[in-house]
Amino acid sequence: MATVLQAATLLMGWQTDIKRFRLRSALRSAPVRHKGFFVVRTDGRLSATYVVMPRMSKLIPNAIAVKADSTGSSAGSKPGHELLLFEALREGLEEEMERDPRVCVMGEDVGHYGGSYKVTKGLASKFGDLRVVDTPIAENSFTGMGVGAAMAGLRPVIEGMNMGFLLLAFNQISNNCGMLHYTSGGQFTIPVVIRGPGGVGRQLGAEHSQRLESYFQSIPGLQMVACSTPYNAKGLMKGAIRSENPVVLFEHVLLYNLKERIPDEDYVLCLEEAEMVRPGEHVTILTYSRMRYHVMQAAKTLINKMGYDPEVIDIRSLKPFDLYTIGNSIKKTHRVLIVEECMRTGGIGASLRSAIIDNFWDYLDAPIMCLSSQDVPTPYAGTLEEWTVVQPAQIVAAVEQLCN
Amino acid sequence: MALICHARSTAARHFMRGLSASTVIGRWNSPPIPFSSGGSERRFGSARAGESVSPQYDDCRNQVLDFPGGKVMFIPEMRFLSESTGERISCYRVLDHNGQTISGSSFKEVTREVAVKMYRDMVTLQVMDTIFYEAQRQGRISFYLTSTGEEAINIASAAALSNEDVVFPQYREPGVLLWRGFTLQEFANQCFGNKSDYGKGRQMPIHYGSSKYNYFTVSSPISTQLPQAVGAAYSLKMDRKDACAVTYFGDGGTSEGDFHAALNFAAVTESPVIFFCRNNGWAISTPTEEQFRSDGAVIRGQAYGIRSIRVDGNDALAVYSAVHLAREMAICETRPILIEALTYRVGHHSTSDDSTKYRPAEEIEHWRSARDPVSRYRKWIERNGWWCDDVESEFRSSVRKELLQAIQVAERAQKPPLKELFTDVYDVVPSNLREQEQVLYQNVEKYPGDYPSDVPI
Repeated sequence: MATVLQAATLLMGWQTDIKRFRLRSALRSAPVRHKGFFVVRTDGRLSATYVVMPRMSKLIPNAIAVKADSTGSSAGSKPGHELLLFEALREGLEEEMERDPRVCVMGEDVGHYGGSYKVTKGLASKFGDLRVVDTPIAENSFTGMGVGAAMAGLRPVIEGMNMGFLLLAFNQISNNCGMLHYTSGGQFTIPVVIRGPGGVGRQLGAEHSQRLESYFQSIPGLQMVACSTPYNAKGLMKGAIRSENPVVLFEHVLLYNLKERIPDEDYVLCLEEAEMVRPGEHVTILTYSRMRYHVMQAAKTLINKMGYDPEVIDIRSLKPFDLYTIGNSIKKTHRVLIVEECMRTGGIGASLRSAIIDNFWDYLDAPIMCLSSQDVPTPYAGTLEEWTVVQPAQIVAAVEQLCN
Repeated sequence: MALICHARSTAARHFMRGLSASTVIGRWNSPPIPFSSGGSERRFGSARAGESVSPQYDDCRNQVLDFPGGKVMFIPEMRFLSESTGERISCYRVLDHNGQTISGSSFKEVTREVAVKMYRDMVTLQVMDTIFYEAQRQGRISFYLTSTGEEAINIASAAALSNEDVVFPQYREPGVLLWRGFTLQEFANQCFGNKSDYGKGRQMPIHYGSSKYNYFTVSSPISTQLPQAVGAAYSLKMDRKDACAVTYFGDGGTSEGDFHAALNFAAVTESPVIFFCRNNGWAISTPTEEQFRSDGAVIRGQAYGIRSIRVDGNDALAVYSAVHLAREMAICETRPILIEALTYRVGHHSTSDDSTKYRPAEEIEHWRSARDPVSRYRKWIERNGWWCDDVESEFRSSVRKELLQAIQVAERAQKPPLKELFTDVYDVVPSNLREQEQVLYQNVEKYPGDYPSDVPI
């Protein structure tokens, strides 16, 4: 039985014959209640039981994607086109490079090789070697180079082959990227995008399974976003490139081959906004990146077998948190479960918990639960590795505990 | 482009003349792979499968073999390259101790106007350093760092650049800003961190920055500006601007990893950047013998494929000429250049240091007086009839007066308001920072006695 999880773990280069599935993100707005929602079945078909709200397909430049006027927008809209997540990232990058000649890409093997995960494939032959730079192996230095180029007027997109390697660039990111706009008194801006795949993959070993969002979240001056679907990957990529602040875009190694139908029209997503995946009444589940899929799988069990109605929010914006969307949800459900891939100590969940307690203490009926990875380096052995990551069964048990 | 191709021949002529027996010229049978600006013209592959493995011969009947990177001659004897070339790389110099041009020296001519401005700025820098240092000792500013002994490097290199060249300083190059037009009042404002400071009081003293003068804000970590300069140079190259990036660093900075990678990147990306190393003998208390075992920084240029030169950093005309030519080569040929200027750090590392603890006071005094770059240059312009004693004393006292005045004004000026604590972290102040701002204001309102009364909200 091909599960959502298995489908999502198709790695680059592996030619295993696993069924792909189609996933449709729900509408993005928080304040608008929806009657219908989606259930992803194992064979990839959407459940036809409920009313399916169509996605807005208007042109949305610089979207604050919280428009309430979704009525009738589906009439006559184009069906869109299907692609994989890494292709969506590339599409977003390519469109921005066409639109603005200052956008350039820097990283290892991004040029003629097309990038280790093929995100930059074809860009070097289209835009030339000058705009898609293959750098030698020195992360601190090509990040520094990106910072310098940004201060001089370019808009570089810096790719770390794996997020873990960007630990070598921590000095430039923390001491310069995040700081120079401030210490120069606003005289110099650093509109860089730093992106790369992170998270626990399939037996990649501890050094290639880092969750850098926990290390970076404290750096003032940075914005952090995490994509999880082809739709939001393209939108966030474009939003990040257009932002005047340094943005770190977290991708996940196991999500690159997700397939989805995205609009043909140009759209940009707001960097500070969370995504309502599934509205509900009983409990708010906050998650991001790959864990979204584990949560949605657990949600199936919760809804169908146990009668719960969880509200699932993909927080997307890791710094700053979208406390507006999150707060509205908590005010409705009064129970929070955070599901993250970070370590227990010092992860995104820890900060989010703290932020929720500060702001929404009065609305909580139960302590905030947080499911995270253990504080261990990720082991190589497949069975061990599986259990360092939060599994759907644990999510179901946590919701049960929270709601009783 | 204002710099036209004849400059290439000038540059080439100077370069070829500069090659001596001690510079090693590599012998390539195949040229390095060019970095194309459009289209994928990259060469893929070196030796291919199926090619003959028996030895081939180059033009001189030496046996060569094909490896990634090109053909290489092979020899039957085992020969290790020595760790040193034996002789140290020679140092370019124009003026002798008495300010006379050495016979046979070639240098870039300066007009009277430029020459006098250079001297005036060197004196201003010297006086500024003295006065601000004293101000720190009096407790009026918290920190200061002098450039004493390196005035020629500061001013002469700045004079050879254009205002469009972007400068990435370490921290001992305020003279470059001074040359470009930063006023003494502006320097004082930054040191006192008042509301007129362009940095809005956010950085330590001497961490100047000015987008108007293309002088990027000083950042304390060593050598982080090197790869940034490469990036900026890359940006200038993409925009085809008639400008280069210039970055300064000390002998200690050459030990950082960023130095290695920046030089490597600059060579590979063929970026128009000048790497200016101020080898002043000391990295706080670490002498160069303990910093590296190579022959200074200049010898390393060739390892990265970068054209380099060593100059006498206390000779203003030598520095001026070298930077002038380096700039031409960098822009016309889009290549990086490494300049090592030998000099001496006369002052302490900073006001937090007492260098007599690790070096003899006589040595410091020798370099302060006998080897002073300012007086050496002064002798030259006096010999040209462009300066004299009366003008000297008048100028020095007027600079001193202006500085004291600037310090008084800066000291009395208001500090930046509290709200500037939260601006410029991002392009707009986000909601979480606005929240924190409110909390802070509430605190100040509640406990006004704990908060300085002369700082506005």
